[in-house]
Formats: sequence, C-alpha cells, structure tokens
Amino acid sequence: MPRQALVDHIPGLRRYARALTADAWLADDLVQDTLERACSKWRLWLVGSDLRAWLFALMHNVHVNHVRRAMRDARSGQLVDVDNLADTLAAPATGHETGLDLQRCLVRLPEDQRAVLLLVTLEDMSYAQVAQVLKVPVGTVMSRLSRARSRLRELMDAGGAQVMPPGPVAAATGDAAPVLRRMK
Amino acid sequence: MKTEPNRAADRVSEDELHALVDGRLNDVQRQAIETRLAGDPVALATRIAWQRQRDALRALHPSLLEEAIPPSLLVAAQRAAGARQQVNGWWRWGGVAAGVVCVFGLGWMARGLDTAPGASAQLVAESRAPSAARDFVRQASVAHMVYAPEVRHPVEVGAAQQEHLVQWLSKRLERSLKVPDLRAQGYELVGGRLLPGTDGARAQFMFENAERQRVTLYLGALSHVAGADAPGAAPSPDRTESAFSFSADGPVPGFYWVDQGFGYALAGALSRAQLMELAQAVYRQL
Repeated sequence: MPRQALVDHIPGLRRYARALTADAWLADDLVQDTLERACSKWRLWLVGSDLRAWLFALMHNVHVNHVRRAMRDARSGQLVDVDNLADTLAAPATGHETGLDLQRCLVRLPEDQRAVLLLVTLEDMSYAQVAQVLKVPVGTVMSRLSRARSRLRELMDAGGAQVMPPGPVAAATGDAAPVLRRMK
Repeated sequence: MKTEPNRAADRVSEDELHALVDGRLNDVQRQAIETRLAGDPVALATRIAWQRQRDALRALHPSLLEEAIPPSLLVAAQRAAGARQQVNGWWRWGGVAAGVVCVFGLGWMARGLDTAPGASAQLVAESRAPSAARDFVRQASVAHMVYAPEVRHPVEVGAAQQEHLVQWLSKRLERSLKVPDLRAQGYELVGGRLLPGTDGARAQFMFENAERQRVTLYLGALSHVAGADAPGAAPSPDRTESAFSFSADGPVPGFYWVDQGFGYALAGALSRAQLMELAQAVYRQL
C-alpha cells in the first residue's frame, strides 16, 4: 500500500508549501490538512495515476480554502491584506541571501501566478501537469507563467524589499503583460 | 522577414522562451530557438533573467528535502495510507496471507504457553473479516498476549489514577474516551496504556476478575472501515459502524466492532459466550 509512497512525497509537499506560504508553521499546517484530505478522498485517486499530481491538486484546493478563510477573517475585523500577511510572516531580513529576497518577492505575486510558477520551476512539472493540478486550461497556465516571470523579474530587479506596495498595483501591472518591453 | 529580422514572425515567443527555460524542448527545437535568440537581444535578456529565476527557485528551501519529517505529518500519512488500504484491499486476500501465517504461528505458540485454551483450535475457523478490521483485531489480540501475562507492568497508568488515564488517552486518541465499568461482570479495571497501531495511536484498557483472568479492550480510530466510502454509496453516518464480529484469528479470541469511525476490540482467553457478554456490556456503556 502506498504509505511509503505517500511519505516519500511529504518533503516535496513541505517545500512547495513553504515557498507558497513563506511560513514554516502555515506550510506544515497546509501539508497536514492536505494529508487529512487525502485520507477522506482516497477513493478518488485512481491506482496507477500520478500520485504526486493528485496530492498537489489536493494541496492547491486546501490552500485556496485557507486563503479564502484568511480573506474572510480580514474583512470581518482586523485589516489584514493576504499579501501583507504573507510578507510579514516571511523570514526576517537577516542579510541579503538570494533565497530570502526571492521568497520575499515571491509572496508579492498574486496567488494563482505564484502557484503556477512554483509548480513549473520548483516542482518541475510539465505545463499539462500544472493545468491538471490547478484545473485550468494549459493556455491559462502559460499566460499566468508569463505574468509571474515578468513580475518576479521586476521585483527582483527593483531590489526585492523596497519595491512598490503589494495588492492592486501588483495586479494592475501583472495584467498589462507586454513582457518584452524591458531593455537592459 | 529579411529586412527586419527582429520583427514579427522571427521573434521568439514567450511560450517558446518558457519551453526553453524549463527544458521542455528536444535538441533540434532548442538549437533552432537559440539561433533565433542570437538576433533578438530583448528576448535573450528575458531568457537569461528567467533562467536565473528558475535556477534560484529550484534552490529554494533545500533543507526541507533533507530534514526529518515532523511526526504529526507521518501520523497523518499513516492514517491516509490506512484509509487507502481499507478502500483498496477490502476483499483482497493475497496481501494478508503473510499476516495469517504470522498469526497462526503466534497462535500456535500461545497454545504452547497455555494462555489461550481453545483459541488455537478455532484459529483458522472464522476469517471473514475485511482486512483492515482483521488487522485491527489481530493487533488487539497480540497486544493482549503481550501485556496480559505481565505481573509487574501490565499497564502504564494504573486504575488508581483513572481520571488521569482517561484524560491522557483521550488526548492522544483525539476522542473523548470512557472506561467501561465491568464490575457487574466481575471485572475490575487494572489500568491502561498507549500503543502504536496501523492508523496511529491506540489505547488498551485492562480488566481483571477475582480469578486473575484478564480481558483487554483495545480501541483506536478506524475511519472508513466497513466500506464507509463504498463507490456510489450515499453518505450515511451509519456506514462507519459495524456489527459485532467474533475473531479467533489472533493468539486470543475477541469480539470487535466499529462505532463512529472508532474501532473496539475486546480480547481475552475466554469462551465466546463470556466474551460476548463482556463486549455487550462495554458497547452499552460507550
């Protein structure tokens, strides 16, 4: 039975969750909830199909729910922007390691773009697999990937930390998308 | 095309850049794009930036792949795998064969040790239980065989600290537990202990009568047993329950049942009728 198979996927799930949430505690919470969900949804996994893709799809759904809940909490009371939240939860600046800068820039990407970018790079999934995991057409994967990469490039070029505020501004520039306009 | 090489059709598209950076192209395709990139400095710069990005992202949080997995996640995985096993291997017997042989061996030994008169005779008599439940009841039986003969350390927490015992085990099994009162049947609580099971934590309560005969109640989460997730079945709270079943598979016989996703097994070297009476008493009180 796939206990070992399942356990083998945990480190990957943890790493992806960490990159997605930028927070160790939230990330393990996400993995935990994903495994619990796997427990109740096992019947929907077809033997022989891609276990990893299935687990990532579960995790995506759980994450979307978490984010929605965070948004709801934000609306009812404390004014917490999800992006801000993720940003403050990110590791404190203890120097200028690329990893930290990168993670800080990463949380400034809109959720859906960040997920696509991480699945394609960190997880090295094919575009078709990503489309399957996120349940969107491949065309959507490609356009999100373009926006994510362009946006992340801007953020990194701007020096990570002191870039423009997250939120509406980020979304607006993200939509513009004529990617090859930047000259060196 | 020839006059303005950087325009329109000759330009490397973003999709092509993605495929190049993500290593999704074969050698021929890759070289064709590289050649075109040579005449497109803007796209080339993008390619370099994206490649650097990808390399950096791939190197994110590498320690998480190395470090030990937190126990809570292992338990969750265990539970998920257990659920899968129940869904999957419900009526499949092949995988169980080795376990049966093992149980048979234990039963044989138990007979030799004279702890379970009658148990070995019935050893292979009844074996209709689905594998997950079989597994559960077998573990209950083995746990009984291991701890019931103990003179000095039959339990971890004794009956004198019953309240603590119940609180502790309730916490570990994530369910509010109750210790059944079997004094009407002549059995006093000895105490209890925490045990590992296939799906996570399990608890064992031990009881003893005036003749020093011991019975143990073994319990733990056992979701999805009894085909709770049977394909096409309407979700019903009742599906996580099962009727009383008798098992003589393990070294000592026992009755087991499932109630609200929790498995219970009462095991002891007693007759079927005696066990039935005790099991019913337990069931009524839980």
